[in-house]
Amino acid sequence: MEFVVFLIAGAIVVGGAIGVLAFANPVHAALSLVATLFGVAVLFVAQDAQFLAAVQVIVYAGAIVVLFLFVIMLLGVDRSDDLRVEPIVAQRPLALLAGVGVLAASLVAVLSAGGSTATRTVRSTAVAIPTDEPDITSLGRLLFTDHVLAFEITAILLTVAVVGAVVLARRPGRDEPSVEADVEAEA
Amino acid sequence: MFVAQTLPTVTASWYVSLAALLFAIGAVGLLVRRNPLVMFMCVELMLNAVNLTFVAFARSMGDLGGQALVFFVMVVAAAEVVVGLAIMVALLRRRPDATTADDVAALRG
Repeated sequence: MEFVVFLIAGAIVVGGAIGVLAFANPVHAALSLVATLFGVAVLFVAQDAQFLAAVQVIVYAGAIVVLFLFVIMLLGVDRSDDLRVEPIVAQRPLALLAGVGVLAASLVAVLSAGGSTATRTVRSTAVAIPTDEPDITSLGRLLFTDHVLAFEITAILLTVAVVGAVVLARRPGRDEPSVEADVEAEA
Repeated sequence: MFVAQTLPTVTASWYVSLAALLFAIGAVGLLVRRNPLVMFMCVELMLNAVNLTFVAFARSMGDLGGQALVFFVMVVAAAEVVVGLAIMVALLRRRPDATTADDVAALRG
């Protein structure tokens, strides 16, 4: 059963990723990205990570892609790229070569380590995945005990990101000098 | 029972191989595409590939720490997208014609 789920979700993931790569219109690429993110969420569910699948759909498909679409449409940059031009000579063959190299290296590493018992040894500090309680309960307990410092730091990070986004994206008021005026005054 | 005998078992290697493919597609897209927004999307693809490996290893090793790490990767990815898109908005407001990454070469030495 998991095999069927893996095949379908994997096809959606790879197809969506190729769509992001190949669609000339950024809006189509963003919608193709949604398909990939949903496929990854399905694969999370197939691996008993239900909470992460929900977060994946809510945060990635719900928030990040919508943010992408907002920026694309509000700024009017949704005209298609001309994919026929190649800005740098031999850029695409070299990029494809690099991609195939990355893929080959990862696959060799995975398949050579796949059968060995070294990957099966569990660290002594490992937090076992409990089977008698929901995934979210144990994950929440882990986040608020072992990883509580990292959790607090992500709170600071999100605050900094929000403040930074507001500072970067807002228009300067009429009375205050803009960044351009500062640059020209210094020059 | 018949189905269980014929269909192969999906191991962690399968998920990691799929993640490697997803990562490679994202890397190629980042190198090939010139629209900064699409380049961002390709970065998201690569981050998702890494998340997939984390979850696969978390299950195969029976360690919930992998899933906790995916949670933090998602938070950092969200922050990265917010700041990156804000930079793009500020850039395109000053220079509406700069729609490809090659147009923003002012810092080139």
